[in-house]
Amino acid sequence: MAEIIKKATREGYGEGLLALGEQNENLVVLDADLAAATKTGMFKKAFPDRFVDCGIAEQNMMGIAAGLAATGKLVFASSFAMFASGRAFEQVRNSIGYPHLPVKIGATHAGISVGEDGATHQCNEDIALMRTIPGMTIINPADAVEAKAAVLAAAEIDGPVYMRFGRFAVPVFNDEKTYRFETGKAVKLIDGGDVTIIATGLLVNEAKIAAGLLKEKGISAEVINVHTIKPLDAETILASAAKTKAVIVAEEHSVIGGLGSAVCELLCEQLPTKVIRIGMEDAFGMSGSAAELLQYYGFTADNIAKKAEALLQK
Amino acid sequence: MDKNVRKDLEIFALKIRMGVIEGTYNAKAGHPGGSLSVAEVLAWLYNGEMRVDPKHPDDPDRDRLVLSKGHAAPALYAALALKGFFPLDEIKKLRKINQLLQGHPDMKHIPGVDMSTGSLGQGISAACGMALSAKMSGKDYRVYAILGDGEIEEGQVWEAAMFAGFRKLDNLVAFVDYNNLQIDGTLDEVVSPMPIDEKFKAFGWNVINIDGNDLQAIEDAYAAARAYKGKPTCIVGKTVKGKGVSFMENACGWHGTAPNAEQYATAMEELNAALAAMEG
Repeated sequence: MAEIIKKATREGYGEGLLALGEQNENLVVLDADLAAATKTGMFKKAFPDRFVDCGIAEQNMMGIAAGLAATGKLVFASSFAMFASGRAFEQVRNSIGYPHLPVKIGATHAGISVGEDGATHQCNEDIALMRTIPGMTIINPADAVEAKAAVLAAAEIDGPVYMRFGRFAVPVFNDEKTYRFETGKAVKLIDGGDVTIIATGLLVNEAKIAAGLLKEKGISAEVINVHTIKPLDAETILASAAKTKAVIVAEEHSVIGGLGSAVCELLCEQLPTKVIRIGMEDAFGMSGSAAELLQYYGFTADNIAKKAEALLQK
Repeated sequence: MDKNVRKDLEIFALKIRMGVIEGTYNAKAGHPGGSLSVAEVLAWLYNGEMRVDPKHPDDPDRDRLVLSKGHAAPALYAALALKGFFPLDEIKKLRKINQLLQGHPDMKHIPGVDMSTGSLGQGISAACGMALSAKMSGKDYRVYAILGDGEIEEGQVWEAAMFAGFRKLDNLVAFVDYNNLQIDGTLDEVVSPMPIDEKFKAFGWNVINIDGNDLQAIEDAYAAARAYKGKPTCIVGKTVKGKGVSFMENACGWHGTAPNAEQYATAMEELNAALAAMEG
């Protein structure tokens, strides 16, 4: 078996911007004094004339992005998820979302796996916030390969895109040579008949491992990677739920308003199905290493497998 | 300024005011006070200053106007309609359901509107982005923003001011409509942003104080802004809120209240009399 390479999705973001910068002279990348952390620094180094540091002023950065986009630029604006989606929410809604401008928001350091910085920086609410903005596409890549591909795909989308990346290095399971990203199309990674595990972000790899654990117990799990949370791939989710009649949704986000909510909304209305959501319960996080926190809050293959078993016994 | 040019501009400003009254009266809502105070500056921008063409509202090389104080939309709409961006009749359908003219500027649907605004403090950032875009692309279009004096209480305005000053966006001109009134009272009854001029200077702007309802002063200020290199310009225009309608002038209550039938009649009578005197 090949050695597992670990890489944060933010690295894929940086690589994606670099590749896009070479293809598209119209690309402008903005950051808010976090270029080293968000990985826009790679683009900054290669294309200094098309990189603009807006300083620690995320609200203004979103407005700058809107003005650049309104005058024909392709814009990626970056900060930590907390500030991009939270602090600048209303700017994203009114200056970018309402005029449906092609601003792509590269939000890194999402979720609990930010780690030691603690609750103020662990953004578990961004998907919920961004989902409420009409016309906003939301992409949450599962590994660095998908992240890079998603950046290139986002550039083709006519309208705003919120892209969510992590700080923590996670296993790369997609092959860059063969991987094709299709916006809005969920990826079925494992076929199964007993339970559906729908996952996004770093929980996708855990879901794959969970499927292996379940298999040892004679349970056949289907694993679906929902990299595009909005628009949601209803067709793939409904087909799988119809088959297994039991759904686990796993995401590194609050159980309120994220992918779990989106799947429940879909299934409640169209195909009532037993669901268990795995996510951050209604609570703030705390400091700790990413690995410790992921374990503590149940963002693991073991927990997914355990919840799947429990669901099947319901 | 040539006498005839000035007269034409004054007539244009009067017609903007009529549009404001017409629009807010028919809508039974809207913001007449802060719309009336910017009639002169809009008259100058659309007739003397800006490179815009109603036949090509999306021309990528046009000058841009961002009405950061988006609640003055009735005045902007009147100016755009008078220039032929859309029919003047639309003004009567302002704020009505399923119509073109939204309560606040909507760039997606309204010809001539360069940025969607209304949530205060946001427009000036977009204007900075547009000015930066011109610089990055080596284009010569200019960007104009209109801010309210109450609006500059928003922190985002100062993030944008810092950015524009630091980036030396000398293709950007912001006009602060200093009418001294906001919803809850005069500036110093709420949270005074004074001194406005010194603040912008400290943020790296070229600042010009003028009478913001005086067309000659407006022309001179914008000419000085165009000539000034290396800094964005802020024109602090002392204006009269509700200007041109006697009972609305300097009255806080007319910030966000529409005239009733009787008030509408009185206001239009005054404006028509002023127009007749001007044209007579």
